[in-house]
Order: sequence, then C-alpha cells, then structure tokens
Amino acid sequence: MSKTYTSIGKAEKKIDALALATGSRRFVDDFELKDCLHCKLIYSPHAFADIIKIDESPALAMDGVVDVLSYKNTPQILHTSAGQGFPEPSPYDQYLFDKVVRFAGDRVAMVVAESPAIAETAAKKVKIAYKLRKALFDPERAMDADAPKLHGKECYTPIGAAYDPQRNLAAEVDLGFGDLKEGEEAADIVIDETYKAHYGSHCAIEPHSVKTYFDDEGRLVILASTQVPFHVRRIVARVCEFPLAKIRVIKPRIGGGFGGKQEVLLEPLAALVSIRHKRPARLVLSREEVFRNSRTRHPVRVRLRSGVKKDGTITFLEMDSLLNSGAYGSHALTVLSNCGSKVLPLLNKIENMHFLGRSVYTNLPVGGAYRGYGATQGYFALNQHLDILCRRLDIDLPEYIKKHHIREGETSKIFEALGEGKTGVQQFVNSCKLDECIDICTREIGWYGKRDKKIRSGDKVRGVGLAVAMQGSGIPLVDMAAASMKMNEDGSFNLDIGATDIGTGSDTVLAQIAAEVLNVDLDAMIVLSSDTDRTPFDVGAYASSTTYISGRAVRKCAEKILEQIIGVAAEMLETSSDKLKLSHAGVKDPASGKRIGYPEICQYAMYSANQFQIQAVASEFVEESPPPFIAQAVEVEVDTVTGAVQVLKLVSAVDCGQAINPKLAEGQIEGAAVNGISYAMTEEYIFSGNGRMINSSFKNYKIPTAADLPEMKTVVVPSHEPSGPFGAKSVGEIGINCPMPAIANAIYDAVGVRLYEAPFTPEKVYRAIRKQQEVQ
Amino acid sequence: MKIEFTLNGEKKHLDVHAATRLLDVLRGHFGLIGVKEGCGEGECGACMVLINGRAMNSCMIPMGNLEGKNVITPEAFCQSERGRIIEDAFMEAGAVQCGFCTPGFIMATASLLNANPDPDEAQIREALSGNLCRCTGYTAIVRAVRIAAGKGAGAC
Repeated sequence: MSKTYTSIGKAEKKIDALALATGSRRFVDDFELKDCLHCKLIYSPHAFADIIKIDESPALAMDGVVDVLSYKNTPQILHTSAGQGFPEPSPYDQYLFDKVVRFAGDRVAMVVAESPAIAETAAKKVKIAYKLRKALFDPERAMDADAPKLHGKECYTPIGAAYDPQRNLAAEVDLGFGDLKEGEEAADIVIDETYKAHYGSHCAIEPHSVKTYFDDEGRLVILASTQVPFHVRRIVARVCEFPLAKIRVIKPRIGGGFGGKQEVLLEPLAALVSIRHKRPARLVLSREEVFRNSRTRHPVRVRLRSGVKKDGTITFLEMDSLLNSGAYGSHALTVLSNCGSKVLPLLNKIENMHFLGRSVYTNLPVGGAYRGYGATQGYFALNQHLDILCRRLDIDLPEYIKKHHIREGETSKIFEALGEGKTGVQQFVNSCKLDECIDICTREIGWYGKRDKKIRSGDKVRGVGLAVAMQGSGIPLVDMAAASMKMNEDGSFNLDIGATDIGTGSDTVLAQIAAEVLNVDLDAMIVLSSDTDRTPFDVGAYASSTTYISGRAVRKCAEKILEQIIGVAAEMLETSSDKLKLSHAGVKDPASGKRIGYPEICQYAMYSANQFQIQAVASEFVEESPPPFIAQAVEVEVDTVTGAVQVLKLVSAVDCGQAINPKLAEGQIEGAAVNGISYAMTEEYIFSGNGRMINSSFKNYKIPTAADLPEMKTVVVPSHEPSGPFGAKSVGEIGINCPMPAIANAIYDAVGVRLYEAPFTPEKVYRAIRKQQEVQ
Repeated sequence: MKIEFTLNGEKKHLDVHAATRLLDVLRGHFGLIGVKEGCGEGECGACMVLINGRAMNSCMIPMGNLEGKNVITPEAFCQSERGRIIEDAFMEAGAVQCGFCTPGFIMATASLLNANPDPDEAQIREALSGNLCRCTGYTAIVRAVRIAAGKGAGAC
C-alpha cells in the first residue's frame, strides 16, 4: 500500500505522556475523597474449609471500626468475577462472600474502618472458626470419583456450556475433524509429548484499586482500576442489587492490566460499603494480596500427539489440554478454548485433528485472563513439538514452518469449529507476513551459523531457538465497540470512546485514526474514554480488540463527521459536496480555488444558517478476527556445570497489519516479550504443602529489571489487513507467546535436553543435564 | 517527633511519628500524588524521590530519618530545566506506557545523571535496576536516558 497518511504510521507521542511523566494525571488512589472509609479483606489460611463461625465483635469493639462484611450481611448472588460479555461464558460459581473457602487466600470477610491502619489491625481481631476439608491440589486427579468436590449443584453456566461441578469440571471442549486412526496409519512416526505451562502473576505495577462515593445527585460513582468499565457497572448492579441507572463507572489512568484487571473483584465490595454507610469507600490491594488473592495465568498441561510422514507432512494432530482453573471458573472455558483456537489454525493443512480441552477446579489460586489467554500455554507446547519433529526428521525448522503455516487466502476448519464459549466463525486469512517475520528472525539471530553448532566457551554452550504464533483481533460476533464525536468552533473535536486505555496508548491510537480521517493534527482531538455516563459502550480492553474493533468504530464515526463537514462546506461555497476536496483542517473547492477552514465551517453550522451540531455516533461489531503473526528467536548460553541459562538476545518480528503508531506497537511487543522471557526464566508460584503461595512479593517472585535483560531487537513488518482500520490488526498480546518455547528450543540446541516445564531455573536445567548424562 | 526538612525547596516542620513512611506523608499530608505505591517493600521504585540528590524509595524512609534532609518529588523536579529535558526524552523515546512507574524512573534518571552525566548502557541499566516496569520491556526507557544524557541534562 503506497497511500500517504498524515497521522497513521507516525510515532506520535502518547497524548497523556506528559501528564503521566510529571505525575499529574491521576490513578484511582490519587483521587482524594473526604470522609472516606477504608477496607481490609480477611483471607482464608486454609485451602478448603467450611466457615463454622465468624466473631466480628472484637473488631467492632475497636474505635474507628465501622463494619465487618461477610456472607452474613451481603447479597448471596451466584456470579462470575470474569469481566466478559453477557451472559458470560464463565460459570456462576462465586458469591461475594461464601460460607466455604476454596483456596488459601480465598476471601472470608472485610473490615471497614476510619483509617487503613485501624482496618488492618481490626482485620486480625476477627475470629474465624473453620472446619477443614480434604483439599484437591492435583488437576490430574480432579475428575477422579473420590476427589474432593469444590462446588455444589447450585452452580451453573449461564450460556449452557458443558459444566459439571460433581466432577470438578469447570469447562470442556471436545471437537475435531477427519479420522485420527487413518492419520495414524499413514504416519511414519508418532510423536507424543506433554508440556506444562505454569502459574504466573500479571504484576501490573499499580495494584488493583477502587474508590466509590455518592455524587451530589445521589448516584454511585465507582472509580475503578479496570479493563472493563461497562462490565463492572453491569456486574455491580446485579450482585449488589442496586439499579444500574444509578451507577457511574469512571476509569481514570490505569497502571497496567495485562488481563489482571479484566476481573470484577473489588468494585462490588467497595460499592456495598458506600451503599450501606452512604460514605466514600477505598479498597486497594497490597502487592501480597495481588499475588495471592487476585487472579493468575491458568496453568495448562498440554499433551500433543502427532503422526508425521518422512517428508514432514503431519497426518494427524491430537491436542489434549488440561487447564487448572483453581478454586473458581473465571475464564475457564474461554482460555481453554483459545489454547486450541488460537494455536491449531496455524497448521491448517492437517486433515485429521482433534482437540480435547478440560478445565478443572482445584484448591489453588484462581486463573483468569492473562495476556496471551491460553495461546501462550498452547504455543509453548506446539513450538517445542515442531522443534522435536524437525529434529527427528532432520528438517530445518524455519523452512518447515514456512512450508506448513496458514497463508493469505487460506482458512482453517478450527476457526469455524471453535469460538469463545460457542462455535466459531469461518474466516479466511487476508494478511500474513509470517515468512518475512521468520526470515528476519533467522537473519538477526544468525540461525544458519549457530544452529546445531553448540558453540562452546569453557563450560558454557550456546544455542538458538525459534518459535512462531498467531493471535486474534477481538472476538468475532461477540465484541462491540462504539464512539461518538462532536465538532467545536475552533476546529477541535471531542472524541468519546468506550474503549479502555489501560496504559497501552489506545486513546492515542484511536485519536490518530480520527485525525487521519478528518485530516487534522492529533492535538485537535479531545479524547474522553471509559466513563459509563459520558461515553458509549465498549466491551473493554481485552482479546486484542481495541485497535481493530474500537478503531473501526472510530473510523466510521469520523467518516460520518466528515460527511457533515463537507455538506456544510458545500452550502457555504454554494457548490455540491462531490466537487469538494479535503485539505489540512479545511475543505477546498478546486474549481474556484476557495478554501474554508474547520473553524469557519463549525461556526457557520452553529451560528449562521440551518444550524445544527456536527456530531455522530457509530458502533462496530465484527464478523472476523484477523490474526496477527509473530516469529521470535533467541540465543542462549547454558552453563553446563551450574545449569544457569542466560538469554543473550531476543528478536521479535511481528505482522500486526499497518501499525497505527509504530512506537507504541513496538512498545507492546517489547513489553510482552520481556514478560515472556521472565515467565520462562524466573516467574513461578511456589506453594506450601497446604496450597499457600509463599513467594508473594517482588523480592521472591522475580520479574526483571533493566539490568536483567538480553539484547532485544523488535521489527514491525510492513503489512496491510484489508478489513482493519487503515490496515491495522492487533498487537497487544501476541508478543508474549513465543519467548518460552523459543528459549526451550534454544536450550535443547545448546545442550540437548528438552525442558517440558518452565521456569528454566538452574536447578531444573542442571537436573535435566545430569539425567541425560546418566542415560548416556 | 518534630521534624524539619526541605520539601521541593520549601522548609517544612512536621510533628509526626518517627516511623511514619515518607511516602504516606508526601501523598497524604502534602497531596503529592506523583509518588506512587506499587509494592510498599522497596522493590518497585514507583515511590522514588530525590533525597539530597539521590533517588530513594519513599516507602522505605521513616520520617525520623529525614531531619535536615532535602527532598524533591517528581512534581517539583519536572519544573526544573533538567526535569523538562528528562521528561521530554521519556516522551520522545516512547518510554511512557501506563505511566505509573514513570515518575520513579525519572527520579532514578536524575540521580544517575547527577552522579554520572555521560553513562554507558550498562551503567544506565544498573542505575535503573531499582525500578520495575511491566509495560515497556525497558528498551524505550534506556533509550530515553541516553537521549536525556545526550542533551546534557541541564541544571537541577
């Protein structure tokens, strides 16, 4: 595409960057509320227990303690905390407070007090008696007949999906096509391996936070650190039994989400406090609470079984995924589905395929949405599997992937068979530059000089690894986004969007799209996002949907505005609309050479003749979800004596369609890639014998600093998605999918040991090397 | 106890418990919201301020240690010439995503450039290793520090 853009493709500065850098733009906890009540949650120390008794009296006897909430005095409404479209695909298996606790860290009660210090002290005084139950920690045993059952028959799934609490089954997906037996008979070799992706924490630097108050009109205002303000409004109204029309959710600046804030965990609790006491309330989690008590990445055990001919043709592929949902089923069905639906279409030539996915309850922390959303777990398996396959058959991995991946103009039966909580949508890939991405990676990492070379320096050996992935751009036939715009008499525009900027820069990207349509500078856009009273609906920031779906809504809305502007200009210039051309912030008539600027046009529409407000609303609902593609390659150095692995370099090459803002797109990839590296190398949940996470601090759950990272190279490959706004696809999630398998493949390249489970700690690598030496 | 210290160029007298965290005083008493709490355990750096020119985590500083000290917060620092140069560099480099950690990183950058006006990449990464960012992957932040250093970071 050779079209010249004025705003698209430019590395514009983020429109809120200055105010964020100086610290003046406010996050939830930066809003000062007078006479505010402070809340402190009390959590279960036990993995599975009945609450026999809660004695609040010692706490309530303290000066400054106002209330203690528990199952005794809060609405008992089954719901899911997952912030998803309605009705949610996640099972309704949670109460705000329950009589049963199902993991060490489950909430029991909440103290409300005049200060954070009093709340914290009082929380320790509430006496709780438990009757312990036998806990279930092993997801592989969850469906055994004698396994403890976490949930009762009252739990249900509002969309009628497969769900059986009597078997601890939170979700099930079972589908396929072709004939596996036939595939197996045609195979020369069968590869059957099992890979395990582990727990992880999002680690947004801003902890989960909410503040609530009644405004001077008596409406309940919820200031929420959320990715899903409209879902917050809907869920709070339902579980607090409070009229939706009296709730206003405002999302201020958000300090990162990564899926962790796609969960309506705290908002109903603070809302209840304000409703009960007619006072402002504040509930902000400590870092320890974020680790232990919020949501995590679902661990998934993936078994892949495939049959392959000597020429590399895969004759069948069977994926069996067991997802550990933890104590509740938040996102249990959709993350599970994505483990197949975002992964299997990559190899669309396979004629015999089967996907069996099961999500099971255990008495462990609850999974949820996390950047990558099942694809990360699935690609960890698939990319190692392809590496194993290529090594068995002595085929070059990059060339193999280039030969077998889905291409432009092609489809996959999986698209249609597997959606999010229901069947999917048939779609064809209209943009795919994965070959270019792979070539950039092999060149930048020096693949053909280093692969299989085991370059040694003393005890240290180097290796290279490659992995590829695709993702989606929103959820087709589910997600909806809307925008409204109006014009002001200085030629500026209010752009009101439901879309939720959680730090990604979507306010800027969406403003660039509107500025492009209207041919104005970015500073002509006044952006207001995510205020349920002021902006139209949007499902929120998840599923890599904002640039693509919200972007299409904004483009459509701006085009409607443009049509009105040209109509007014035609009236002013006494000509017809079709004779006019757009010039920068104005309209010109090429025939007469006359030009009128946007301020004059708006002033005319407001004050001169046939007055009206130049304004428009548009919403967008999509039938496709064009996948972005990525290749990521790493070089590692393995110390054969200690097992320590150092990642030396990581290359990411991405096809995200036209990058609306290349700098922000690169930032998404770099941030995701670094999260992917540390998920592979250091991040893990370490549990005590009773299922309690014991490393719940940044000190002990290690995420990287600037000093811990390899050389990084990020390339945004030129591409154009015909259905996207100005050619754009998504970029938010995909970068996290490949570092873990690429590093595993590189470790194998260096020292010949296959690591099926991360993180790749020195202990794990050391043991694998020793085991291999013993075998030899 | 009674404490006298300088905050953003002004002498302050406070009567507080010696164990009160500087972070709570800055946010709660003075309304300086550029100082953020990300962990409360001195690991993330979102609450960094300059104390006598060095970046320190205000969540780890008890008020009792502050007698006679000179404290500068992101709000005031960004009004200085050096502050504006560093802040511009962060925007130019695309180093601001969610922005929650950014004021802390700017404090760490100021501290580094006070001590070493021309740091190399390793020195930059070392100096920023007390600050966590989950959004950017640090590449853009390191680039921002290089840009700021290249512009001769100005007077504090």
